[in-house]
Amino acid sequence: MTRTTARTRRQPRPPAPPAPEALPFELAELVTDPGTRIVVCCGAGGVGKTTTSAALGLAAAQAGRTVVVLTIDPARRLAQSLGLVELDNEPRRIDVPGAPGELHAMMLDMKRTFDDIVVAHSTPERAQQILDNPFYQTLSSSFAGTQEYMAMEKLGQLRAGDRWDLVIVDTPPSRSALDFLDAPNRMSRFLDGTMIRLLTAPSRTGFRIASAGFLFFSRIISKILGGQLLRDISAFVSALDTMFGGFRERATATYELLRRPGTWFVVVATPEPDALREASYFVDRLSTERMPLAGLVLNRTHPPTTTALSATRADGAAEEVLEAGGEGAELAAGALRVHAERMALATREQHLADRFTSAHPEVAVRTVPATAGDVHDLDGLRVMADALIGPDGDTPTGVPRRRILPARRR
Amino acid sequence: MDPAPSPVRCHVVTGKGGTGKTTVAAALALALAADGRQVLLVETEGRQGIAQLFDTPPLPYEERRVAVTRGGGEVKALAIDVEEALLEYLEMFYNLRRAGRALRRVGAVDFATTIAPGLRDVLLTGKVKEAVTRRRPDGRPVHDAVVVDAPPTGRITRFLNVTGEMAGLTRSGPIKTQSDGVMAVLRSPQTAVHLVTLLEDMPVQETADAIAELTSVGLPLGSVVVNMATEPALPEPELVRAAEDGLAGADLAAALAAAGLQDVPGLADALAAAATEHARRWAAQDELRDEVEALGRPTLELPLLPGPIDLGALFELAGRLEEHLRAGVAA
Repeated sequence: MTRTTARTRRQPRPPAPPAPEALPFELAELVTDPGTRIVVCCGAGGVGKTTTSAALGLAAAQAGRTVVVLTIDPARRLAQSLGLVELDNEPRRIDVPGAPGELHAMMLDMKRTFDDIVVAHSTPERAQQILDNPFYQTLSSSFAGTQEYMAMEKLGQLRAGDRWDLVIVDTPPSRSALDFLDAPNRMSRFLDGTMIRLLTAPSRTGFRIASAGFLFFSRIISKILGGQLLRDISAFVSALDTMFGGFRERATATYELLRRPGTWFVVVATPEPDALREASYFVDRLSTERMPLAGLVLNRTHPPTTTALSATRADGAAEEVLEAGGEGAELAAGALRVHAERMALATREQHLADRFTSAHPEVAVRTVPATAGDVHDLDGLRVMADALIGPDGDTPTGVPRRRILPARRR
Repeated sequence: MDPAPSPVRCHVVTGKGGTGKTTVAAALALALAADGRQVLLVETEGRQGIAQLFDTPPLPYEERRVAVTRGGGEVKALAIDVEEALLEYLEMFYNLRRAGRALRRVGAVDFATTIAPGLRDVLLTGKVKEAVTRRRPDGRPVHDAVVVDAPPTGRITRFLNVTGEMAGLTRSGPIKTQSDGVMAVLRSPQTAVHLVTLLEDMPVQETADAIAELTSVGLPLGSVVVNMATEPALPEPELVRAAEDGLAGADLAAALAAAGLQDVPGLADALAAAATEHARRWAAQDELRDEVEALGRPTLELPLLPGPIDLGALFELAGRLEEHLRAGVAA
């Protein structure tokens, strides 16, 4: 991007390129289409993925569909407002008065989901052995990537039955949005890895294949971590051996599910450089993996209440109003300054959105204005759902919902 | 000799993502380095946020000077690399540096930190402890203070409570001894965990949660820093009225006409709506301000500065932090 700027500067007065125009993102069509069976909301942490998922779920239920929203780690107040007080790993129905469809929500319990797989794939005796193993307990509760893997596992389970028309999932709050796509493979690679095989080799096939270098390695690992851990890992791996095939197959199958027709990804970002950079990475990655991207939700934008007055004009007007004096002058000047700030902010946000669109012109965009407080009840979700599924052109200021400010007139 | 120097030498700065904890950590380091003091600013998440703030090339795993303060003070920065820290640890305790490099080549270091996520944290906090306790030949500490740009509030307790994290994995052995030593420093009065928040629902909630968690494991708390605080744009009495009843276009029409703005269609109504939203946001912030105060920690507000955060902006914030630190010592 920097290089392009430098090159344009060297040319004398280049003609200004036309501002990129994002495609409208009609989410109403997406969530009401019976062909849509899975919607994955992804993006950087803190951009409002959970709220977006819940609002889309609400919109779909209002359109008559039977929806389950799988959420990973919702903000407490949102969870409470949805009736998700317990982490019981089962979908719970949320009462939506007047909706012809059904809205259910569940919070992922990653340990329990993992335990269930273990139980389902081995004899009761063997399962107990695994469940009691201290290393399994660490792996199932704090291994980096377990949450993502279990989210996919649960998604697969929910999709397998006929109970749900639509499954909406929000991805775990990992540092990088890509972790969600990488985790299942990383996890099965890890469980199947050379390192873990070699490390546990002495207990299984004797010392024959363990090279001198490797014995040295395992000595160091046991020095650092203590010998007990190595023995736990070794026991865990041999107990797991019978179900290894099952693990790998499942991870692959769920991953493939994300490529099947009926699955759509919605990338969520806020109009900030970091969040949009993450969104960009994700868009590129989805296209490499040939996974279907529905569009970008640009959350918490700050559109002005009018576009008739620019920031500069509003600031100037504030001074004029004060000079003219009279009753209400200070209030009016204050209101003009509020508007000027808002215009400046909206201009920055639109600029960032334009940059995203320049890089990804094929990605449809829907902006969702920030509300005064956080969304933490059904009414708040309704407001957000309306912003998400309303027709692109239908706004109070006439600015289409794919933008924050009107396209510059030339 | 200082009359009553604060006992705190290890300042851990955390906060919800997006609250500006790296900025606050950097400004705090500058504040502590005033009057010729030596401060180390430590990055733990490998994001190179400190290098960006101070506009320097990416930091290597070594202490680099990033700023000079009045009276010959200086701030050095260190980005901890987990692999390097493990190799350093192996060398220090087992004299195994070269073997360690070989281990890294086969991916063993990565493997070890993957099967035991707590190990990462022990290595990171172990390096912090080493920096806090390192002494010169004459017995004085090398760093007058160490400021840690720590993981966000959601992970801070696990990050600092290393013994608790490792207990599940290993009950004895060198790592256990190491984590016990780290814990002793982190729980001592030398350490304070500062929390950065914004006047928004989620960050304030997470701050309250983190305070409860940190307290329950016996980690010492410092101040709450309210970052990016703004001033209201409306005059005081109207602000309250606008928040409660809302404004109408009619409230503004006369004054706007005086400035020749009567012909812009819908302007008065739109401005009234914008001003009402502004006032309500402000009222919501005031409520959150009360919630922050109810947390019972020393609290400091830092203003939202116009434009990008550069060194000048950091010094401006540092000035406010210095006052706060002085007041804290006097209290």
